[in-house]
Amino acid sequence: MLDARDIVKRFTGVLALDRVSLSLRPGEVHALVGENGAGKSTLIKVITGVYRPDDGEVRLAGRPARFTGPLDAGRAGVQAVHQEIGLVPDLSVARNLLLGREPRRAFGLLDARRMHETAARTLAAYGVRVDVRLPLRSLGVGAQQMVALARAVSVDARVVIMDEPTSSLEPREVDTLFGVIDRLRDQGIAVVYVSHRLDELYRICDGVTVLRDGRVVHQGTLADLNRIHLVSLMLGRDVAQVRAEGVTRFSGAHEASAGPPVLEAYGLSSRHLLDGVSLTVRPREVVGLGGLLGAGRTETAKAIAGVLPLDAGRVTVAGLRVRRGSATAAVRAGIALLPEDRKAEGIVPTLSVRDNIALAALPRLARGGLVSDARIDRIVDTFMKRLRIKATGPHQPVAELSGGNQQKVLLARWMATEPKVLLLDEPTRGIDVGAKAEVQALVDELAEAGLAVLLISSDLEELVEGSDRVVVLKNGAVVGELIGDELTEEGVMTTIAAEVQ
Amino acid sequence: MTTEQAATDAPVTHDTYALGRRDRVFGLIQRHGATAVLVLLLAVGSLSFSRFPTTENLGDIAITSSFPAMVALGMTFVIITGGIDLSVGSVFALGGVLAAYAVRWGTAAGLLVPLAVCGAIGLVQGLLIARVRLAPFIVTLAGLLGARGLLLSISHEGATTYLIPHGSLLARLGQGRLFGLGQPVYLTLALFVIGAVLLQRTGFGQAVYAIGGAEDAAALMGVRVARTKIIVYVLSGTLAGLSGALNAARLSSGVTILGTGMELDVIAAVVIGGTLLTGGAGSVSGTIAGVLLLGVIQNLINQIGDLSSSYQQVVSGAFLAVVVVVQTYLSRARRL
Repeated sequence: MLDARDIVKRFTGVLALDRVSLSLRPGEVHALVGENGAGKSTLIKVITGVYRPDDGEVRLAGRPARFTGPLDAGRAGVQAVHQEIGLVPDLSVARNLLLGREPRRAFGLLDARRMHETAARTLAAYGVRVDVRLPLRSLGVGAQQMVALARAVSVDARVVIMDEPTSSLEPREVDTLFGVIDRLRDQGIAVVYVSHRLDELYRICDGVTVLRDGRVVHQGTLADLNRIHLVSLMLGRDVAQVRAEGVTRFSGAHEASAGPPVLEAYGLSSRHLLDGVSLTVRPREVVGLGGLLGAGRTETAKAIAGVLPLDAGRVTVAGLRVRRGSATAAVRAGIALLPEDRKAEGIVPTLSVRDNIALAALPRLARGGLVSDARIDRIVDTFMKRLRIKATGPHQPVAELSGGNQQKVLLARWMATEPKVLLLDEPTRGIDVGAKAEVQALVDELAEAGLAVLLISSDLEELVEGSDRVVVLKNGAVVGELIGDELTEEGVMTTIAAEVQ
Repeated sequence: MTTEQAATDAPVTHDTYALGRRDRVFGLIQRHGATAVLVLLLAVGSLSFSRFPTTENLGDIAITSSFPAMVALGMTFVIITGGIDLSVGSVFALGGVLAAYAVRWGTAAGLLVPLAVCGAIGLVQGLLIARVRLAPFIVTLAGLLGARGLLLSISHEGATTYLIPHGSLLARLGQGRLFGLGQPVYLTLALFVIGAVLLQRTGFGQAVYAIGGAEDAAALMGVRVARTKIIVYVLSGTLAGLSGALNAARLSSGVTILGTGMELDVIAAVVIGGTLLTGGAGSVSGTIAGVLLLGVIQNLINQIGDLSSSYQQVVSGAFLAVVVVVQTYLSRARRL
């Protein structure tokens, strides 16, 4: 049905896809898995015509397909349903479903009654029974996703690509979705299913393609691949290879103090994202958060930092309760979050190194609303030296620094607020090897200096070597905790792969 | 492979998140708030001033409101797509001057020349916004200045005032009365009916809403975004020109100083009528209520004889501020 052959895609010299092939039979549900940056979304974008491949070709039903964009691909029967739903929230459900192919009457006028009937009938087949005249946004996320899916499939689809379709669904909605996928299968529609939820993959998928660093590392029948093997393929850690390899720059010199934990999170719950996550971190301790993409690691960090709205749960720092859902309160309590996406959520690229560092500490440095330049200079100087930030001087725009040094600037910003708890979300992503080792060494130093550190990393080696303890998350809940001798890469992978009842 | 076959007996698991009563009430306020306040004001006005509820006075409100109403109709389309048209005040004045200038070649020319020129201004603006992807604010600000300049050059810096001869067909179109109401009132009503059908019952109208609601999603769903946007600006320019031409016909001359600041009054009327400045929601019936509301406020302030008419601006401004605050609050509350 769909055949992508030897696709190569480069972005400014970086090889995003390296001779990736993907072939789908009619009626096949094919799992496409891989961690962040493995090339899944690039592949989807090549297939749907968003990107033009530098080499290789996509064939649909035997003929070369050069789509000019998702719209063109959709007309040819290749439909992608994305995580962020591509519908118009303020339009009615019926209009969203039928936009562009509304039933007409004379003079090209829309036939509203027939439109509502068609829409209601179509959606009923997807288990969505709603008043289709209501605006789309009045529906739950799951129902909205069903509308998007129904829209995609109703345009004579031959291939449907589902990108994390269940990430915002509740269990019963997942069942409905799987019912729909079974139907698609019976009709001979090929489905590409992108997800990190192993249980779902094994329930619904026939074939599997594992991508890592832009290459296909495994292709075959999913039933022939056991869970632990799949996880090790995704994370790129060969079980045997792990023991042979060298260690990271973590020294392990710091030792968690025996005293009471400085950070206590209890029962953090947020709709379908987090389900009662509890954890503690003591001073001088580095606790790692393990799990696959979308398991709730970033959400946990954000919840602790007061950025993610919570339905339930509480966070205490040094015994004092932090007001829920307030980032300001969290910062005051001494919680610092180094976000995953430093470009979007951290660095202010137009400001200088100095101003970026001083930003969070300004309220603390100010006296009567005025800030002393000399005090800022002193603090900036201290941290530039301590974190070994390589810049021409404090006034260099931060955008000119390398990724690793930008990360250090962010770290300095939070250190200047003298936090008690440091939440690091993928601190070494996207920075080169040398800088990576330096950041890792810094994490060690900071813990030694008495901080409580929560470390999130998809780099399994980094996670295991850098942490004193690893809490493993899955589907937004804690599924295991590894400490001491259990704390190995294999142990983490086994915990992730373990089946949930 | 139709959808109906797709999953006829898939388990029914969704009931809906039914819209709460609060949500529905909020929706009603947003859509019909202006109408409700208008009715209230009419009642209060009728009780307070004996000269207010007369046929003559109400007819007066209707005719003076009909010119901004035509402009506001085009603006409603523009704002629903998430855009803005600041040029309408200048284009309105230009339409009037052009009509008075071109009427020497006949009534048809007196109407068609302003429509064609003003439509063309809208077309150029639409092309710049939709194809070159410039910000509507900037493009139409340039249009505002450009149209005003064009008007001044035609009228020799305002030194020449072109007259529309009394008794000519064009003049009668602007001044004529039918059942006690000025002719333009009926034309405006007809235009609003057409506008409502266009917006609610055609694919074009769906596209207008979809673009304002989520432009990228609309493009992905196959909506012709650029074409729709261009049409919307052409519509706005043409309606502003038509309104200006008819207004000139009513006044028997193309007055060059008209229309300054009119774009803001019109935008205010559209927003008061419940159209979101962020796009994606609104209606032409709301717009007509918004225009009438501003007209009635002005009229009532004139009734209070010793109040300077400048206060009309203060009241309109305050009212607009209240409406925007309420709108923001409502849409936030609904989205939660």
